[in-house]
Amino acid sequence: MSNTDFTLAIEDLSVSFDGFKAIDALTLYVDKNELRVIIGPNGAGKTTLLDLICGKTRASGGSIKFKNTELLGMAEYRRVRLGIGRKFQTPSIYENLSVFKNLEVSFPRGRSVFGALAFECDQSVSARIREVAEEIGLEDKLDTEAGLLSHGQKQWLEIGMLLMQNPELLMLDEPIAGMSAKERELTAELLERICKNRSVIVIEHDMDFVKRIAHKVTVMHQGKILAEGSMEQVQNHPKVIDVYLGH
Amino acid sequence: MTPSDIFNITLMQGFAGLSLFAVLLLMGLGLAIIFGQMGVINMAHGEFMTIGAYTVYLGSVLTAEYAPEFMPYYFPFAIVAAFFFAFIAGWLIEWGLIRFLYQRPLDTLLATWGVSLAIQQIFRTCVGPKEVSPTLPDWLLGSWAPSEGLDIPINGIFVLSLTILVTLGVVLALYRSRWGLRVRATVSNRVMANATGIDTKKTDRLTFAIGCGIAGIAGAAFTTIGSTGPTSGQLYIVDAFLVVTFGGTASLMGTVVSAFGIAQTQSISEFFLAGSMAKVLTLSVIVLILMIRPQGLFASKVRH
Amino acid sequence: MNLNIFQSWNTRYQLISLAVLGVILMVALPLCLDIFRLNMVGKYLTYAFVAIGLVMVWGYGGVLSLGQGVFFGLGGYAMAMYLKLEASDPESTAIQSTPGIPDFMDWNQLTELPTFWLPFNSLPLTLIAVIVVPTLLAWMISFAMFKRRVGGVYFAIITQAVALILTVLIIGQQGYTGGVNGITDLKTLHGWDTRTDSAKLILYYLCVVLLLASILLCRWIQTSKLGTLLLAMRDKEERIRFSGYDVSSFKIFTFCLAAALSGIGGAMFTLQVGFMSPSFIGIVPSIEMVIYAAVGGRLSLVGAVYGTLLVNSGKTLFSETFPDIWLFLMAALFIGVTMAFPMGLAGLWDKYVTPCWKRWLQARRAPAPQVKAAPGAQAEVSRKVNVSSIHEEIPAGLGA
Repeated sequence: MSNTDFTLAIEDLSVSFDGFKAIDALTLYVDKNELRVIIGPNGAGKTTLLDLICGKTRASGGSIKFKNTELLGMAEYRRVRLGIGRKFQTPSIYENLSVFKNLEVSFPRGRSVFGALAFECDQSVSARIREVAEEIGLEDKLDTEAGLLSHGQKQWLEIGMLLMQNPELLMLDEPIAGMSAKERELTAELLERICKNRSVIVIEHDMDFVKRIAHKVTVMHQGKILAEGSMEQVQNHPKVIDVYLGH
Repeated sequence: MTPSDIFNITLMQGFAGLSLFAVLLLMGLGLAIIFGQMGVINMAHGEFMTIGAYTVYLGSVLTAEYAPEFMPYYFPFAIVAAFFFAFIAGWLIEWGLIRFLYQRPLDTLLATWGVSLAIQQIFRTCVGPKEVSPTLPDWLLGSWAPSEGLDIPINGIFVLSLTILVTLGVVLALYRSRWGLRVRATVSNRVMANATGIDTKKTDRLTFAIGCGIAGIAGAAFTTIGSTGPTSGQLYIVDAFLVVTFGGTASLMGTVVSAFGIAQTQSISEFFLAGSMAKVLTLSVIVLILMIRPQGLFASKVRH
Repeated sequence: MNLNIFQSWNTRYQLISLAVLGVILMVALPLCLDIFRLNMVGKYLTYAFVAIGLVMVWGYGGVLSLGQGVFFGLGGYAMAMYLKLEASDPESTAIQSTPGIPDFMDWNQLTELPTFWLPFNSLPLTLIAVIVVPTLLAWMISFAMFKRRVGGVYFAIITQAVALILTVLIIGQQGYTGGVNGITDLKTLHGWDTRTDSAKLILYYLCVVLLLASILLCRWIQTSKLGTLLLAMRDKEERIRFSGYDVSSFKIFTFCLAAALSGIGGAMFTLQVGFMSPSFIGIVPSIEMVIYAAVGGRLSLVGAVYGTLLVNSGKTLFSETFPDIWLFLMAALFIGVTMAFPMGLAGLWDKYVTPCWKRWLQARRAPAPQVKAAPGAQAEVSRKVNVSSIHEEIPAGLGA
């Protein structure tokens, strides 16, 4: 409960749905510039954890501190403005708008009603959009309607939309789902690049990919943390083996 | 006024409220099934109620014309007929219109409003714009006086028993019958229900028609407290929707409690205020509560 | 860059359609119609304020309100109260038992002007009230609802209940509001007789100018980032919220804007028609106003005006000659517009007329590349048409 150096400090966090404890007294710390991967069987509470951090779900108890600011009870958009970005499991982009517009909408200026009315897409904005588009490999697709992108490109676009906000904590829910081998490789490189100056939490099922990117792995099971450590440590952990293979 | 007078008046006013409660609950039950279980906003629900009311009227006219000696007994049969006419109309409308609009609740709202306009005009053309009342059997008209100064109308008791019967029937059907199981399965996971061999299209149609049929029974109950005109149903549609939303859409218990609360508030405040102000007061209270607690009285937490 | 060309083409197209509407309303109709009919068109146009408000709230914001008549009525009543006070000067009401108050108050044994009527002695305060009162009510409703994430069906039902409450209240409080008859016998606006033909002509033009200005304002909002956000929000509300936007504030703003526009429409109605009554507020007129926007095309501001004119002319025509058929036609409109033409007149125009027009343009200046790029610009106007046309331009394999 004290002030910490961690980017994200989750302590004793719980949430239940009609008596079912989806997250049960969970404690988790994420360092600066760390890329943390959370794995675990289906229903372990991984997505719910991200929902709690970004505010989509309300916690029943505990504490989530981001850079020593308590997040619980804070409106979602305020958490985003503090520097938390969240990518959803299925690509959530504005299908009817162009890639350029998708990125422009995510630019962190003109966020109030009258700010949005007065917002102008000036040089600095379009320069930033181009920069991010290059980062996610969509620089020649700026005028394409986002709905026409391939599935992998949509995933990248959503990551790009988050990068526009330059968040200090980036949460990605299954970023490589439905991607080809080549796209996975590109995504891994992208993740390595973007975690240089921010913390990243990734939920992923693909173990090869996890091995490739993770600094540290957390295994969740039934709303609790089962094990934490490097990929090797975790893989050889008897409880983890039990959960993945035992049932 | 002595305290016992006030007690009697409150009791009688409360009983008058029970008739309104019966109509609201029957309307609300049908809506709760259609809206809560299928997500369809049926703005024509009031017109199905009117169909039921006109059926009873037709029954009374035909009986008086061809079988006057049967007059004391026609009413129960007319109620059954009211259910079936409204049921058939609902079946046809689901088949012709609603099934194309699932997943577009706001569009069902507009389309069923169109249906309601059309049905109203049919009433106006076929029955006439004047309000009509069926001749009720004599045994419904008396009143029961259990004590001095306390008069409880028999039709109120009858309508109330009818409502309780229908409500129990709906609860049993929804939670004990194969149809109820199919409905609940379809609501919770349409794709899965389809995959396990439930004909979800047929279930939808049956559900919609049953909801409309119950509105028909509401219409039969309505004839005991008021006269029926082409727009009678429209007068109740907002109240009925408020009953359902106020109760919490997924909860039949909520519908019962909120219908009771709304009817009683209106009926009791009618004694102290002019009729229209009682209505304003009741509706405003509900709207304010819904603004503070939009999920209604009874709502379950669902993981999403 | 292509995108800018899309936008400029789209903006030009929009401006042309607005100019055409302006010419029809300001030149063609006044030349063709006598003052009685023109006044009627002016009455219809007051509903168009509500319809363009609905385009913003419903088409762009994705929130259906079934209570727009409330705001129309509040604006109309504010204006009517001012005009009524002016018409109830002590000389013309000398025969009343209390001279100097509106006649219906006198009939209802009121001996004093109620306090809430006092501000309506002043024209500036009245003009402020025309906009502020509807906006304030809209803000209270929408703040409570949108902050709690209530939308869709619930919002529609609540707004409908508000329409019912206000109607019952106005009818019930006859002494304060004029009851079911409304506020009638309105004569002058700040000493200027509004019942003469020349006054009607001036009011018609005032109404048209205000309407065109409102369309321009809404168009400007649509092209700003706020318009993009509204469209994006309708599609992916969560994404917008988790991009750091307070979603509710945008919805509240749009709803208040629509309410303010409706209030102006209501005030113009009172001025041109000469009375205001609860029959323009309730559930039935409110939901009818939705159909004006739907017939015009729920995404098109200009379309909403044509939709309003069309439905209302139809209503007048049929209820004069075949009143029985009118309700069936109205029913058919509601059903048809949801089942067959969800994009209304504007959708039909974009589907059948725009392509012809574009082909003609293309043929005229054949090598100009910007015309070929144009379909993408229609994103906001017609999605169906342009998705298929974009598909043809995308090399095979990329769309997968």
